[in-house]
Amino acid sequence: MKNFQQEDQDLLQKESGILTAPLQRRSFLQYAGAGAASIALLAAGCKKDDGSEGRRLDLEENGVNLGSGDVGILNYAYALEQLEAAFYDAVVKTPYSGISAAELSLLTDIRDHELAHREFFKKALGTNAIIGLEVNFAAINFTQRASVLATAKAFEDLGVSAYNGAGKLIKSADYLVLAGKIVSVEARHAALIRDLIENGTFANSEVVDANGLDKARTPTEVLTIASGFIKTKINASNLPS
Amino acid sequence: MNIINILDEIEKVDGEIYERLNPRRAAMKSFYNFGSKMAVAAVPLALGSMFKKAYGQTSSSVIDVLNFALTLEYLEYYFYQQGAATAALIPVGTPAVSAINTIRDHELAHVNLLKGAITASGGTPVSFVATQFDYTAKGTFPTVFTSYPTFLAVAQAFEDTGVRAYKGQAPALMGSPSVLQTALQIHSVEARHASHIRQMRKTVAGGNQTALKPWITGANDSGVPQVDAVYKGEDNVVQAGVNIPSLGVSTAAATESFDEFLVKADVLAIASLFIK
Repeated sequence: MKNFQQEDQDLLQKESGILTAPLQRRSFLQYAGAGAASIALLAAGCKKDDGSEGRRLDLEENGVNLGSGDVGILNYAYALEQLEAAFYDAVVKTPYSGISAAELSLLTDIRDHELAHREFFKKALGTNAIIGLEVNFAAINFTQRASVLATAKAFEDLGVSAYNGAGKLIKSADYLVLAGKIVSVEARHAALIRDLIENGTFANSEVVDANGLDKARTPTEVLTIASGFIKTKINASNLPS
Repeated sequence: MNIINILDEIEKVDGEIYERLNPRRAAMKSFYNFGSKMAVAAVPLALGSMFKKAYGQTSSSVIDVLNFALTLEYLEYYFYQQGAATAALIPVGTPAVSAINTIRDHELAHVNLLKGAITASGGTPVSFVATQFDYTAKGTFPTVFTSYPTFLAVAQAFEDTGVRAYKGQAPALMGSPSVLQTALQIHSVEARHASHIRQMRKTVAGGNQTALKPWITGANDSGVPQVDAVYKGEDNVVQAGVNIPSLGVSTAAATESFDEFLVKADVLAIASLFIK
């Protein structure tokens, strides 16, 4: 596992270079060598030297760029986990009125899981990680059980469909398994939240079709839905499809 | 002979060739480095094996995975079918009845879906009838269809095993994106089932397992030591080299937040206890 991480660090570094290099990826592959690699790293270095004002303007205009390849998919997952973690953090900090000890305990567990997911992606992505996103929870009434659980249900079902749709876009078997390790936990959350709203709705026809299949959504579909809750503009145009 | 030109030609008809050849771009680079050190005569051989890797994931290996999944779905379907059909097992007039029916119907849908997929791929689906299964696991759970708590305990073991089994097979399906997606869409449904069965076990009638959670805490939180194999490794707290508790969560939360996979052999060892 140690080597795996080291290897991934190297890979992430290379991905970063490819992302910012003036060369197209395929031509990079064709002319791969010390020269091209150093140009790529130089370009990455230059970008970092941009003034913060320039970066801010760039962010407003183009949004946070998730990147391409597996880094892009990991950043996509990181974005969704940021959203979920921020939501449950608020839920646990200001619990809805009349919350039972059992429900608070379950929601605290979920908060911890989402926090673990978020911090894991941040650490795994290293310097390739996108910035912390600004969320918009104006539509949620945190004092009201129905509002909180309806939002939780929407986020969990969305998360499940996002990972289900992203699996085939992942190129590394290790990351595919990691996504798999997370999505089933999200599905456990989704089922629990649904049961809290109405017992027995853990896998009803809203989310599971006649073939017994859960939903799968493309990153574009997911980010369109999520955008109502995220202030920061997200640029997913380089994600694999 | 110019490999780059050949790849370029292929790229004109298959834009994803570089991705197919190796998902890891760094490995492509290593291939070029390797190529430059190789004798020219050896190149065609290397290319052959490269393309076999890219396109040659024989559908037979995918069919093997699908038949493995189908075996598990049969195991689950007949279990719920028999449980639902056993008088006085599931408390009448409670939400448990429709919950078990829902899960049974999903497992049947999975059986039919997988059978269809295997046949469509030119394979032969495995076939099981109810009497081929022994849900007492050769006497380990003699009350499986007479005690509601035992029935739910075995159900939890099946669902949590199913989740781990699908997860473990995902990499083997990477060459068939649509099959992979379908497997993932089944995988999360099994996790929803597991979550609900765990909640059912918390009720007084269901076994009063009040400490149980919808997610898996540590190694074998089921309260049933006979199913240790189902939860082997679930207490792992290191993901891709990252120590999860070091990120600021408890050890329990670290184990809960990532479900672990099981390799095929481990799953089959569990399933075989229930197959006559």
